[in-house]
Amino acid sequence: MPATDEVKLDDALKLGSLTKKIKGHQGMVIGSVIVFTVIAIALLAPLLAPHDPYQQDLMKRLLPPVWDSRGSWEHIFGTDHLGRDYLSRLIYGARISLLIGIGAAIISGLIGTIMGVMAGYFGGRVDMVVTFLITVRLSMPVVLVALAVVAIVGGSLQVVITVLGLLLWDRFAVVMRSSTLQVRSMDYVAAAQAVGCSVSRVLMTEVMPNVVNNLIVITTIEIAHAIILEAALSFLGLGVQPPLPSWGLMVSEGKDMMLFEPWLITIPGVALFLLVLAINLMGDGVRDITAPENRN
Amino acid sequence: MAGETASDADIEAIRKLYGFDRPILVQYVDWLQRAISGDLGKSYYFRTDVSALIGERLPTTMTLGVSAITFAILFSVPLGVAAAIRPNSIIDRIALFLSVMGQALPSFWFALMLIILLSVNLRLLPTSGSDSWLHFVMPTVVLGYYAAPAIMRLTRTGMLEVLSTDYIRTARAKGLRPGVVLFKHALRNAIIPVVSLAAVQFGFMLGGSIVVETIFALHGAGFLAWESITRNDLPTVQGLILVFSLFYIVLTFLADLLNAWLDPRIRIS
Amino acid sequence: MSDSVLDVKNLSVDIPLAEGILHAVDGIDIHVDKGETLCIVGESGCGKSLTSLAIMDLLPKKAIRRMERLDLAGTSILDYSERQMSDIRGSKMGMIFQEPMTSLNPAFTIGNQMIETLQRHRNMTGVAARDIAKGMLEKVGITAADQRLNQYPHQLSGGLRQRVMIAMTLLCEPELIIADEPTTALDVTIQAQILLLLQELQSEFDMGLILITHDLGVVARIATRVAVMYAGQIVEQGTVKQIFDNPMHPYTRGLMRCIPVPGKTKPGEPLGSIPGMVPSLVGKFTGCRFADRCNLVNDACRKSDIELRAESGKTQGYRCIIDAKEMAKVS
Repeated sequence: MPATDEVKLDDALKLGSLTKKIKGHQGMVIGSVIVFTVIAIALLAPLLAPHDPYQQDLMKRLLPPVWDSRGSWEHIFGTDHLGRDYLSRLIYGARISLLIGIGAAIISGLIGTIMGVMAGYFGGRVDMVVTFLITVRLSMPVVLVALAVVAIVGGSLQVVITVLGLLLWDRFAVVMRSSTLQVRSMDYVAAAQAVGCSVSRVLMTEVMPNVVNNLIVITTIEIAHAIILEAALSFLGLGVQPPLPSWGLMVSEGKDMMLFEPWLITIPGVALFLLVLAINLMGDGVRDITAPENRN
Repeated sequence: MAGETASDADIEAIRKLYGFDRPILVQYVDWLQRAISGDLGKSYYFRTDVSALIGERLPTTMTLGVSAITFAILFSVPLGVAAAIRPNSIIDRIALFLSVMGQALPSFWFALMLIILLSVNLRLLPTSGSDSWLHFVMPTVVLGYYAAPAIMRLTRTGMLEVLSTDYIRTARAKGLRPGVVLFKHALRNAIIPVVSLAAVQFGFMLGGSIVVETIFALHGAGFLAWESITRNDLPTVQGLILVFSLFYIVLTFLADLLNAWLDPRIRIS
Repeated sequence: MSDSVLDVKNLSVDIPLAEGILHAVDGIDIHVDKGETLCIVGESGCGKSLTSLAIMDLLPKKAIRRMERLDLAGTSILDYSERQMSDIRGSKMGMIFQEPMTSLNPAFTIGNQMIETLQRHRNMTGVAARDIAKGMLEKVGITAADQRLNQYPHQLSGGLRQRVMIAMTLLCEPELIIADEPTTALDVTIQAQILLLLQELQSEFDMGLILITHDLGVVARIATRVAVMYAGQIVEQGTVKQIFDNPMHPYTRGLMRCIPVPGKTKPGEPLGSIPGMVPSLVGKFTGCRFADRCNLVNDACRKSDIELRAESGKTQGYRCIIDAKEMAKVS
């Protein structure tokens, strides 16, 4: 077979066995389904939400969900203390959680990757500085600092994304640094052996997949991390501000009435739980599937 | 601090009194200098020394943290060992399932659900305050469960690795009883990284204590953090950040020490 | 009373795999008397380690062992429970493994690991146990035994660790010791010392010793009797003199040609090698397992399973359809 055919066959076989592995990994499948569903819900929010999430109707306060005897199909998940439809708020809340998770992950990913790659590539003083910064960051109590900053600057969606993005970059930096160091050692080895294009081959086949896998796994971890942190910050009143339908904020607002209207906190709590669970499962799935032991 | 009806002159006076009119950097260096000698300033809100304030609240948080990490260890280590002895069995699956669930559970929500369940419906535990040990039960669980998955997984991985080593095979070939092989020989080696992990997790619990203490109205350093942040009590917040960071650093150092002490290969070299 | 230390009849070990059942060991008979050293020789993967693990009942969980008879010093231990087996492991029979660098627990001192054996099997503790451990360390040639007891494994060299392993195995004076390639991981000079040590100890304690190796040099040095294993079966057995002077099975002959023999091999003469590879043992296998590599093969070799041909009266036996007279004619 001519060389190009062989390569294509190789790729096709790899893709086939990859799909097979993905299907065989239950957790990954469930996680991905949930995540994509939530993303779809968030994107299609205006079409899916039965009511305006900000519209108050004080005559219809604290209506229970449809499965309660007093509930109705008009407000499937009931209403909150200001009469706003809970299902609609939940749906729009998905946007907030995803925005924050992905936004913070992008910012921290960029910061961490740049720092890590620079540290690994230049070594010496640059590496020392970066390692020092990582150590400083690791000795900081993240929740406390985030709370303090938001308190000073004022809470809002953008602030939360920025603050979390500026705080969650450490894992990215560590991983990208070690991957870059690995690449560098390959450089030296290859130079010593004076073999030309096979360096890039080795880079592509050995190091890049490793780096990409780790990046994906860390990204999912930090997205989930950011989502939970924002929920906790908003719960404490120092995150996203009302009337935005952040799930954490919804739990906080429902807290005072939780004894008689428990759905106010169970529904957004379950949503948070499922989303974070799904993201973690996806991350675990990527890690398990692409682990070196599983490669042929 | 001056109150909302203060006049411009009042505000200016307060500025001068607290040194706010100086550049930020100078203020910060000044604070650092005093902090090193133990003076963390005076709380705006409580009108007492910040160091005294933190010192008063810290024991509660320490108690909570210690019981939380103990709970996490007592729960996760046996589970991890059991899962490693019988990989892919029911107990293994349950352990992994619990670990996945635990990592996704938001702590504040878990706290509220526990309160509804145990305090209200079953009337087993009190909801707030810190008078008796019962008041610490739910906060301990809520603070501890988050560290449990990582500890369980590390124990399990460590045990799996250790159980397939040559020296375990030797122990069996010597006819040692299964309990001895497992706990004296295997666990002793597998637990080394877990101990350092626990020390580091203990540090994270300080941050988690903010949420937990606030929900359960435990008067510890975490609650103090929330109080002072919402009241813009800057000296207290700064003091707390310093204290928390110091704790992290000390605990990480302690983790390394423990590692070295438990592994003779590192200790004697 | 009988001198028999170990009597194994028809031992087989099967390992279920995804592709089928791997018949790793098939129909092995082993006999060892007091004071005798049986060397089991074979290449990697021939099943010799699994055989020893099967005798000790230390096989991995998935493996299934089967045999008709397993007698240790006259007592059948075939149906012993795990509890009973753990009682005799380390006390009546002991095992020495190949990798001294990793066979000792790094977290405990040498003394601790030796004394726990005495505690387990002889209920000894404290000073009495420590004295015995110290004595045994000295007997295996370790100086400054007292200090050594307080040291950790990583502070000792490979050769020293193997001596400690030997000492530890001898603590309860077992009837049988199985040594699985005990010198393979050691320097050549240390190898000789360890082998000499094993010989001396064996005659002093009058034990049965099974030594597993792939090195014919070791066999020549230490064996009383030899069993040659190939692809899970014993293809030839006999006294060391019989095997070296007059190998019968084509595989054994091939092995002998591979090693230079002082006096016999002419300088500059190429060493032999056996072409081909070990066959796959997954699933049912009929006929001679050496057939693909044998220079004397014919169709009859593959038709049916071949029994170990024991020459009546003689202690040598080999597994081939060609009889002794014919074999003697062929070189």
